This record gives sequence, structure tokens and C-alpha cells, in this order.
Amino acid sequence: MLSRIAESLFWIGRYVERADGTARILDVHLERLNHLPTEERRSVARELLAVMGARPQSEEFGLEELLHALAYDKHSATSIAGSLGAARENARRARETVSSGLWESLNTTYYGLNQHRKDVVGTYRYCHWVLERTAMVSGLADTTVSHDDSWLFLALGRSLERADMTARMLSTRDVLSAGMSWVNMLRCAGAYESFLRTRRAAFGDQHAAEFLLLDRLFPRSIVYALRDADECLAKLDPSAQRVGFINDARRIVGQARTFLEFHRTDDLMSELPEHMERVQKAVSQASDAISRKYFNQADELAWVGEVS
Amino acid sequence: MTMSDLFQDYSEAAGRTGAYDEMFAPGQMARTSYGQVAGALRELSLADVTARADSMARTFLDRGVTFDFAGEERPFPLDIVPRVIPADEWDVLERGVAQRVRALEAFLNDVYDKMTVVSDGVIPRQLVTTSAHFHRAVHGFEPAGGVRVHISGIDVVRDAEGTFRVLEDNVRVPSGVSYVLENRRAMAKGLPEAFGQQLIRPVEEYPRRLLSALRKTAPSGVDDPTVVVLTPGVFNSAYFEHTLLAGLMGVELVEGRDLICRGNRVYMRTTAGEQRVDVIYKRIDDDFLDPLQFRSDSMLGCPGLVNAARAGGVTIANAVGNGVADDKLVYSYVPDLIRYYLGEEPVIANVDTFRLEEKEAREHVLDRLHELVVKPVDGSGGKGLVIGPDASKEELEALRKRVIADPRGWIAQPVLQLSTVPTLSGDKFGPRHVDLRPFAVNDGDDVWVLPGGLTRVALKEGSLIVNSSQGGGSKDTWVLADSPQVPVERLPRQSITVRERVSVWPVESNWRDRQSEQQQ
Repeated sequence: MLSRIAESLFWIGRYVERADGTARILDVHLERLNHLPTEERRSVARELLAVMGARPQSEEFGLEELLHALAYDKHSATSIAGSLGAARENARRARETVSSGLWESLNTTYYGLNQHRKDVVGTYRYCHWVLERTAMVSGLADTTVSHDDSWLFLALGRSLERADMTARMLSTRDVLSAGMSWVNMLRCAGAYESFLRTRRAAFGDQHAAEFLLLDRLFPRSIVYALRDADECLAKLDPSAQRVGFINDARRIVGQARTFLEFHRTDDLMSELPEHMERVQKAVSQASDAISRKYFNQADELAWVGEVS
Repeated sequence: MTMSDLFQDYSEAAGRTGAYDEMFAPGQMARTSYGQVAGALRELSLADVTARADSMARTFLDRGVTFDFAGEERPFPLDIVPRVIPADEWDVLERGVAQRVRALEAFLNDVYDKMTVVSDGVIPRQLVTTSAHFHRAVHGFEPAGGVRVHISGIDVVRDAEGTFRVLEDNVRVPSGVSYVLENRRAMAKGLPEAFGQQLIRPVEEYPRRLLSALRKTAPSGVDDPTVVVLTPGVFNSAYFEHTLLAGLMGVELVEGRDLICRGNRVYMRTTAGEQRVDVIYKRIDDDFLDPLQFRSDSMLGCPGLVNAARAGGVTIANAVGNGVADDKLVYSYVPDLIRYYLGEEPVIANVDTFRLEEKEAREHVLDRLHELVVKPVDGSGGKGLVIGPDASKEELEALRKRVIADPRGWIAQPVLQLSTVPTLSGDKFGPRHVDLRPFAVNDGDDVWVLPGGLTRVALKEGSLIVNSSQGGGSKDTWVLADSPQVPVERLPRQSITVRERVSVWPVESNWRDRQSEQQQ
């Protein structure tokens, strides 16, 4: 398939998942933010924005600015509206390859972005709506697109972004330790009920973090998402079946996943910040490596030529 | 439109009821505890309030927070104005509820054992033996785990002077706690401004407390007890609550047909074979629990449960036979029971109650039926209750005959003007009557009272009946923490952010990346 199309699909996967993750994070934190005194609220809002990978654009950064930056700013890929706009733009460019169901659901979502009150209460409903829309997009992608290379790129983008978003969720645990409980952290990932069913009577930060980081069966856990990404990469490049790797992305994803999966620790909580940082770094490196290999082949070849 | 418009005519309407208003002192002055709520409402227009109320109702429908009304799933109406209880008032309620639970626990242990309460002349023997819920089938054994009243809901109301009084005890299968949990979630999103900086005691720990109490009262010798919630099934009006509690505790929700009793042990049928069940949180009436002991036509229970409980093979929570403590005639003796078993004075008083078996009281009541509330002793949910001032002549005449025919079956109380809280009705707030059901969890060592409880509100103007089946709704109930030093939800911010940096990952071996960095 065309590199350009593959790149669009990869980014549809990433952007839709980013919108989903951001909506989850925003929804849960908004509740906490509301209960903080104004001064503290400002600094926490800044920190939250930093966790999501952006800087405040003005000195005055409060709740309203945070809502704009994470929910409604159409010009920033950090915000929900920006991500969904970008996903739709990518779908428009690959319209002949995506199914009409997938295209329409993205397009409808795009036009629905403006139909919400932009105050705190409206944002709750907005986040809820976004979760429904992204689930729908995701479901249509899974059921109306052949699971060939084009779908694999979409799924690859989605799982990488999911690992990244879960890592950010867990990083916010650090930021908002003021009021952030593990219950909310799990709710954030939609993992509360699943966690309760597996853990029974064992409650606590450590177990919750472990679940979101390491659980092999919960689809939003980092280990699960990285395994998904790994499988997509393996299917995209079946040549490396037996020994070693010829693909940087696979190495990066595989190393991160195996390190986490088989890492032994007695004090997960104190290691958490490092894990989260490394996961986010691995995702961005893997994404770069995928771009180099699949999307900018011209540059890649030229570069290799220089070395040899 | 501003708050003054939304609250136009409020003080006049509140004056008409003659009741204690929870939010406003006379002269339309918001009480201190309601300061933040009043401030938040002042900022909102009618359009805002309506939009939020709609949004909250939608959320409830979406989440399936419904109750069964004549075979139909209805969202449980949640009003946008919370009911606020200041710390000092809560302190009294909390102590009063816990005291009552301890007394009823002692009473039940006694009633199913030696009945010293009778031999010491505190209550007449007949009172116990004529109670419809005194079950001889469970006489003479102590339940595994030693607790009978694991979960209770003690209904309290506030009279015209603002004094809290207990209206009834529910130690069989009290329901409504799911609405407490859901209401708080909905309010946090529906009226976020009102939370502001005041510290409202959280309710989310309820399922954890409940699970740990249930596990703690498991039969002895079980290391890792398996707890289940036993539901009558999807047609029960409280089915939503059963699913929510089972989900939040992370335990199985079972129906009677999922269970089997063998050798005085209880098992559930699972895909991995039969699995032993140690604690059953029973959400069905005793009558339907065990066809071997109670109604033999019951398809909801499981034959053999009572014998398994008797043999100590399973804990049933709440214990079978607790209904005798719910009997409204027994209720009239609870202050005496508190003095008898605990040697304490009751913290919260009862509502004055006439025992119709006593000739003098009966004659007095029969003369004044039109001024009193008359209730059947074994009813719950407002069933069968007659409010004198609202009843027709024919209804009162019929009631008179029934009371004379079965005086043991009825009690009478004065009509209480339950306290009011502003409630959205059409385009403004009006005073509506409320009650309160605090929930208590007893693990055998300690009675924990969930901060707040379920506030039910009669949505119809002037109505005193708060039951959801008769047009009642609910309000989120906030208990304020008394000082910022005791907050339960907040830890010092530094505790985690300044913790030491730990490094466990291998040094990066990313040759290609480093090369490309060098190139840039």
C-alpha cells in the first residue's frame, strides 16, 4: 500500500485513541480540580497540562484555559477537538481506502464537536460523548475494514497511543496526589470493575498501578497495549520470523514490554515515575522508527546510503 | 433570572408548611452549613439549573440507576439541591444510629436465645411471639461470625423544632445505598461549584467497608472467604442496587438457582465446578430464602440454607429472623431496650407512638383517627399506612374496623411535619419534606455509619410520603467535615511528589537514535 495512506491510517489510530485517553483523564481530574482552592487549582492545572505534553500559552492559566487546551482547542493536537479534527483530516486524505462507515463516523464526530456547552458541567457530557464516539470509530474500524496491512497500521497507532495514554494517566497520579485516589485512576481507564473482579479484597495504590501497568488481560494496561503493538509490527513485517530483529520499532516496543512484564519489584510505586517516562519515550521512539521505515522511505534510503 | 427569582415565594411557602427548613432559618437567611450551596445556586439562572437537572436525569438513565415502578424501569429522581448536615449534628446522628444498632443486635441475640428481656419484664413475651417475623426456625443458635445486623438502615426524620427522631428501624434488607453512591457521582458533575472548598465526607468507601465486614464475619476456619450477593433476580425493584454492590465489591451476584447446599455447606455452580460459598449477603426476604423452612413454593431461594447457617457452615447477612426487631410495636420499646442492654440513655428519641393493644391508648386513638398516622406493624415502604388528615371518612371507618379486629397489627403516631429542603419544581424552588436513612455496617467489633445516607424527598407539594413507589425522589446528602485537619480524602501534597528518584531500567542501547541525534 501507499506509504502516504499507511501514515494516515497510523495517525487515525493514534489521534482517535488520544482523544479517548484525554477525555478519560480530563473527566476524572475535573472533578478533583473543582474541589481545590483557586491557587492550588492553577498550579495543578498547569501540571496536568504538562503531563499531557503541552505548555500553557499564557500566564493566566486556570480551569477555563485548561478546558480549552485539553478539550476544545481545534488547533492543538493535544486537545480532544484537535485530535479528532486531525483524525478526520487524515481519513479525508485516505478516504478511498477507509470504509464509508469509518469515514462517516469520524466526520459526524467532527461536526458534533461544537454542540456542547463549554463550561465545566458541559465538559463532563462532552467527555462522555467523546468516549462513545471513539468507541464507535474503533468498533467500525475493527468490523468494516479488512484486517490487512491498512488495518494493521491503524491498530498499531491505536495500541501505541493507548500505552502512552495509560502511562500519562498513571503519571497524573503523581501530579494530583493531593486528591487523586486509586479508585479514580482506575475509573479513568474504565478499569474499575475489571480490577475489582480480579483483585477481590485487595485494594490499594500498588495493586491498582500494577493492574494498569502489568495486567496481561486488561486491554488498556500498558503491557497489553505494547503486546498488541508488537503483534501488529510482527504481522506487518513477516520477514523477521526466526532470529533477531531488523526493525527498530519492534526492538523498542519489545524491549519495553518485556522489561515491564518480567521486571521484579517490591516497590512499584517509587519506580512508577521512571516506568511512565520510559514508556512514553519508547512510544515516541517507536513511532519515529515506524515513520522512518514505512512512511518516509525516500529519506530512509538516502540516509542509509550516506552511512554505507 | 437570579437566585432571588428562583427562590421567589419560597419563604412564604415554607411558612405555610410549619416545618423546620434545613436550608433557611426564618427570614430567608441561609444557614451556615448551606453557605456554599446557596452561593453556587445564586450564580445559576433557571436555564442553567434546568439544563443541569436534565443532564443529571440523563446520566441516571444511561447508567441504569432506576427503580422498578409497576413493571417499568424509571430513573430515580435526584434533586439538584443537596441536603447538608453540619459536623456537629452528624456527630449526634452517628452515635445515635450506632447505639441503636448495638441495642438491636443484643435484642436479637437474646430473643433467639434465653429471652432474658422477657423474663426481666422489659417487654411482654407476647410481643415477640406474635410478631410475624419471629422465626422459630432460627431459634437457639448463634450465627457464624457472631453478627446478626451486618447492614442496617435507621430512618430518621426532623420534627418542627428541628430535633431528629427515629421513625423506624430496618434491619432486614435495607435498600437505597446504591443511590447514595450514584447521587454523589452525579452531583459532583451536576453542581460542581457547590462542592467548592468545603470538605464533604466521601461515601465511596462503603463497598469496601461492607466487603471487609462480610469477610470478617465468615465462618471460623476459612482463610480467604468467598462472599456472594444473593438476589431474587432481575425483576426485583432493587435489582440495580444488587448489581452495583456486587460489582463494587468484586463478588458474584447469585440467584437461588446458582446455589446448592450439601452437607451443611453452600456451593455455587461455576464453569470450574462447584465452589464453596462462605458468606451470603442476602437481598431476599426470609420468607423466600429456604423452601425447606419457609414458603415451600419459593423458587427464589435455595433449600438447605437455614440448616447450613445453623451448622455454622455459612454466614447469612443479615441473619434470618431479624424482622422481629423491625416490628413497629417492638420499635416503641427500643428506648427501653437501649437502657436494658447497653445501660445508656437513647441518643436519638423515638417518635411518640401509641400501642393499640393498650385499651386506654386505643380508645384515645380511635377518637382521633383523623389527626393521626396509623401504620401496620410489619409493613415497609409506606405500605398500608393511613394519614388521618388526608383520609376520607370511608377510609377512616374501614381503618377503625381493622384496628379493632387486630390491635396488635397497628400503631399510631402524631402527624409529623417532616423538615423541608428546597427542591426544584417546575421553574422555581419549593420546600419539600425529607427524611433520612443513614446506613450502618457492623463487623462485630465496630459499627461504622456511612457519612450521610439516603435523603428521600416527597416531590409533591405538601406530601409527607417520600417512598419512591409513591412519587418520592432523593437528594445527595453531604456531611461536612468539622475541620480541614480531619479530611479523609486529602493527603499532604509533598508526600509523593518529592519522593526519591529510583532508576531500574537498563541504560538505553539505542545506537541508531543516538546517531541520529548526533547528526541533528
